[in-house]
Amino acid sequence: MNISGDYREGKLTIVLSGELDHHAARRAMREIETQIDTYLPRECVLDFIKLQFMDSSGIALILKTYKRMKEVEGNLSVKNVPPQPMRVLDASGILRLIKIREAGK
Amino acid sequence: MKVTNYIKIEFPSRSANEALARNVVACFAAQLDPTLQELGDIKTSVSEAVTNSIVHAYPNDIGRICMKCRLFEDRSIEISVKDWGRGIKDVEKAMEPLYTTGGDDRSGMGFPIMESFMDSLKVRSQPDKGTTVIMRKKIARKIVK
Ligand SMILES: Nc1ncnc2c1ncn2[C@@H]1O[C@H](COP(=O)(O)OP(=O)(O)OP(=O)(O)O)[C@@H](O)[C@H]1O
Ligand SMILES: [Mg+2]
Repeated sequence: MNISGDYREGKLTIVLSGELDHHAARRAMREIETQIDTYLPRECVLDFIKLQFMDSSGIALILKTYKRMKEVEGNLSVKNVPPQPMRVLDASGILRLIKIREAGK
Repeated sequence: MKVTNYIKIEFPSRSANEALARNVVACFAAQLDPTLQELGDIKTSVSEAVTNSIVHAYPNDIGRICMKCRLFEDRSIEISVKDWGRGIKDVEKAMEPLYTTGGDDRSGMGFPIMESFMDSLKVRSQPDKGTTVIMRKKIARKIVK
């Protein structure tokens, strides 16, 4: 799992590439928290365009990021979600809470 | 029903083996010519079961995990994941959506995901003896045009 962030005018975009499972999640969460704490963005976007696999560990990661953004009074959205992670998110009920866009939409 | 092929692997409960386990099963299942969605569902379910053994069965040490896959002549695949860890007291409760003992690192969606992505899911567990998860999915034959 590789994570890169880009901050511009209040908006922090974080691209997650590779496979997001329990093995990768702890480090990924630390990096996301570091980036949020550094920039204190109004808006955070998780970009899943390069995400090759995700299991339920990803649900917890999104929820934690959501809570962290609430603490800094910002918003979270997730974009470019490929089909496999999308099925996991669909099953999770998280779509009611967070704005999530599929890849190509 | 006749078993047409099988594999059996054993590995220690190290998190690096999560990817290994799901990719081994994906390679094995490829013989059934599954769709990308079917393959994704199988990989996700294996990842959930193996992660549960790593996280919940052996929370403070490294233990053994044994994974078996069988193919049947009706084109179904059966995957079992077995550990000898701390086990589950109330299996029915553990399988409820959002039920977790893992705090905010976990979401309590592992079993519900396995249940919805596979055709069947069986969980056998005994406290301090271990847990076996058996799941099955039939792969439809693709119509060749
Ligand atoms: N192999 C196991 N050994 C011991 N306890 C287990 C095992 N598998 C599951 N459990 C128990 O069942 C609960 C529910 O499991 P489930 O996979 O549905 O959710 P989770 O692992 O807590 O969260 P998630 O899978 O969403 O990350 C776990 O929190 C744990 O208490
Ligand atoms: Mg789980």
